[in-house]
Amino acid sequence: MDRRTSIKWMLTASAAMPVTGALARDTESRKNATLATTAKGYGTDPKLIDTYHPGQLWPLTFNAQQRKTAKALSDLIIPADENSPSASEVGVVDFLDEWISAPYERQHGDRKIILDGFVWLDRESAKRFGAKKLFADLETAQQIAICDDICYVPEAKPPFTDAAKFFARYRDLTAGGFYTTPQGRKDLRYVGNVPLPRFDGPPIEVLKKVGLA
Amino acid sequence: MPFLTPDKATDTYDAIIVGSGAAGGQTAFTLTMDGARVLMLEAGRNYDPATETPMFQTPDQAPLREEGTPDKPFGFYDATIDGGWKVPGEPYTQTRTDDAGRFDWWRARMLGGRTNHWGRYSFRNGPYDFKPRTRDGLGFDWPISYDDMAPYYDKVEMLIGVYGSNEGLENTPNSSPGCLLPPPKPLVSEALIADRGKKLGIPVVAGHRAVLTQTLDWKTNSAKLYPNNPTAQQLTADSMKARSACLWATPCGRGCSVKANYQSTTVHLPPALASGKLDIVTDAMVHEVTLDQSGKASGVSFIDKKTGKHFHAKARVIVLAASSCETVRILLNSKSSAHPNGLANSSGKLGKYLMDTVGADLVGQVPILENLPPHNEDGASGGHLYSPWWLYKDAQKLGFARGYHIEFGGGRGMPGADTGSHMEWLTHGSYGKKFKDDVRRYYGSMVYFSGRGEMIPNENSYCEIDPNTKDKYGIPVLRFHWKWSEHETRQAAHMQKTFAQIIDAMGGKVRGKVESDGAKAIAPGGSIIHEVGGAIMGANANDSVVNAQCQTWDVPNLFLTDGAPFPSNADKNPTLTIMANAWRVSDHILDRMRRKEI
Repeated sequence: MDRRTSIKWMLTASAAMPVTGALARDTESRKNATLATTAKGYGTDPKLIDTYHPGQLWPLTFNAQQRKTAKALSDLIIPADENSPSASEVGVVDFLDEWISAPYERQHGDRKIILDGFVWLDRESAKRFGAKKLFADLETAQQIAICDDICYVPEAKPPFTDAAKFFARYRDLTAGGFYTTPQGRKDLRYVGNVPLPRFDGPPIEVLKKVGLA
Repeated sequence: MPFLTPDKATDTYDAIIVGSGAAGGQTAFTLTMDGARVLMLEAGRNYDPATETPMFQTPDQAPLREEGTPDKPFGFYDATIDGGWKVPGEPYTQTRTDDAGRFDWWRARMLGGRTNHWGRYSFRNGPYDFKPRTRDGLGFDWPISYDDMAPYYDKVEMLIGVYGSNEGLENTPNSSPGCLLPPPKPLVSEALIADRGKKLGIPVVAGHRAVLTQTLDWKTNSAKLYPNNPTAQQLTADSMKARSACLWATPCGRGCSVKANYQSTTVHLPPALASGKLDIVTDAMVHEVTLDQSGKASGVSFIDKKTGKHFHAKARVIVLAASSCETVRILLNSKSSAHPNGLANSSGKLGKYLMDTVGADLVGQVPILENLPPHNEDGASGGHLYSPWWLYKDAQKLGFARGYHIEFGGGRGMPGADTGSHMEWLTHGSYGKKFKDDVRRYYGSMVYFSGRGEMIPNENSYCEIDPNTKDKYGIPVLRFHWKWSEHETRQAAHMQKTFAQIIDAMGGKVRGKVESDGAKAIAPGGSIIHEVGGAIMGANANDSVVNAQCQTWDVPNLFLTDGAPFPSNADKNPTLTIMANAWRVSDHILDRMRRKEI
């Protein structure tokens, strides 16, 4: 497949994700919809061989509390296991902050979805587990109880529909942030991006496994 | 000094070439190898693949994990500079903006143009593709045949390096012996598609891409290309020797610092510059072809984008190779009392019969590709296999004329920002350790199909000058009109059905919907970036813009070597044919120059 195709699929999928309606009505939400920054993007002729870091090209957004929420949710989605560390351990929170702070339309849309989603998580936490409770401070089992209600859009009950859309978008971004790190590539056992003297095609055991040898 | 500032381009050149991509690069190569003095004008900046290509950079080193933005639509590392479907300060207009009636125009403002990032798919048009009207009564025949083009396909393949195989299939021509490089072995997903495709009667054969699977045989190839021209032979051989074979890593779309794939900047321009016959001015925005008293072209007017100053350059022959639509725009803007509707437009056909490629895509997930032992599948970063169109005999039954080929892929490629995304249909919303298991399971099990098919030219797809809009340089811009016919939309629906059949035969599941409504399945005009036409080549001056030699009927020393003269747009991606045709036309220009006719 060419790059064009994968972009088309990404855009199609994103277009199917409307800005969360019921979450969008209060002042906090209106604030979340404003642009993070008047910064410009990287332009149409950026230097491609440099290494870039979140915060370098445009100012970041998360305050301390939002970082805590982001970390808690990212690590619920991608916790450490025997193969790789958790999402937050490899910089995914910084990536998410970079993403929602970017001065581009698509990221601007995600900014609202995600910041509104954080507000919803805290309100839902207070509603279920006590007035002062924030999502990041809940017991893991309590966090899971909330996430179980919003983790699958087609089966989310009506009060959770918008929150489920937020969760789906957040999970996608967390995954993208995680699997693009060296640890994420290792987790998937990606072994390319190294020069080879020749290309031999798939090993015989691979062809055997699919019944072609 | 081959790279000049605009004030230094004061010679009277044998030829001015506008544009430096596939057409401009090939034209400059052919003309300079035979000693012509050439000035190339490129609207974008100078670009050096050796020092600017992000070889081996990973997504985490880029902003936003390399994801596309309006600044870099194909991703951060894509070898496109100041380009995309929108170029800042250089607008165009559209009469419709909906998906069905829109044409989006991709440009790249850089030395080498779009050849720096293209997919490197390099297919020959077959005999039918030059005579489509004769076969089915639709569209237009070319005033030349496959036999006229075949020697030039051979030459281009020997020069740039194309891998592939000769299969002797209908309307899918073989190359002459020694032209093609060996194709790479198929990835496991491709081998599986080949196996299941064959069971469905769909041929699956080696892909053809301009990637060096081994170093070029510089000695043999240069001798075959220039048997009686030792200087050109030496320059060509030296340039071939400077190119490495593929490293089997890092995507071609970023360009290649070791010159293992074709881009004008690594293949055409180095030997042309080494000849000492080529001068290049970059950031030179050409907007008009000027005429002398006798009605012949005298030169071109351009704006230096760095200073905004206007310049004029002179030559015996003017070649427009600016990309199909930009070439048309320059001609339409070259108005005078003798040519009130634009230059070379006495037929009224300038801007007409614009075409793109019919495109539709489908993705599937294939369980038997799950959890395969890890192995390196970077390969040549594009199709090792493909399916040429196979239903020539069924044209009457299909409900649409012409056909498409299939590009496909899969495998354990470099994880990107979309890895682990949009998987709810498979994971049912898993998160936590289960999600990590799921991503491992499904990674490498997806297969992607892209149909690339022929559009028949029609009266409703064209461009003209928008009388109300100018770009930031004050140059009037193009306005696009677009309409698909049912031949295209039905073809797109057929693609969807075919891809679903193949996915099913692999035991896989289709992601999303198999679109049976072709009008919804078809990608919007311009999105496949194969736009050709607008200055149709023909046998008669009253219904075409250029003759069989791509010489404009109205101005004898004005030639077009890009896709603008294409009378049809076969399913074969146009770049190889643009280069073969540019070589053919350049040989003709040289011949006419030798005979002092121009």
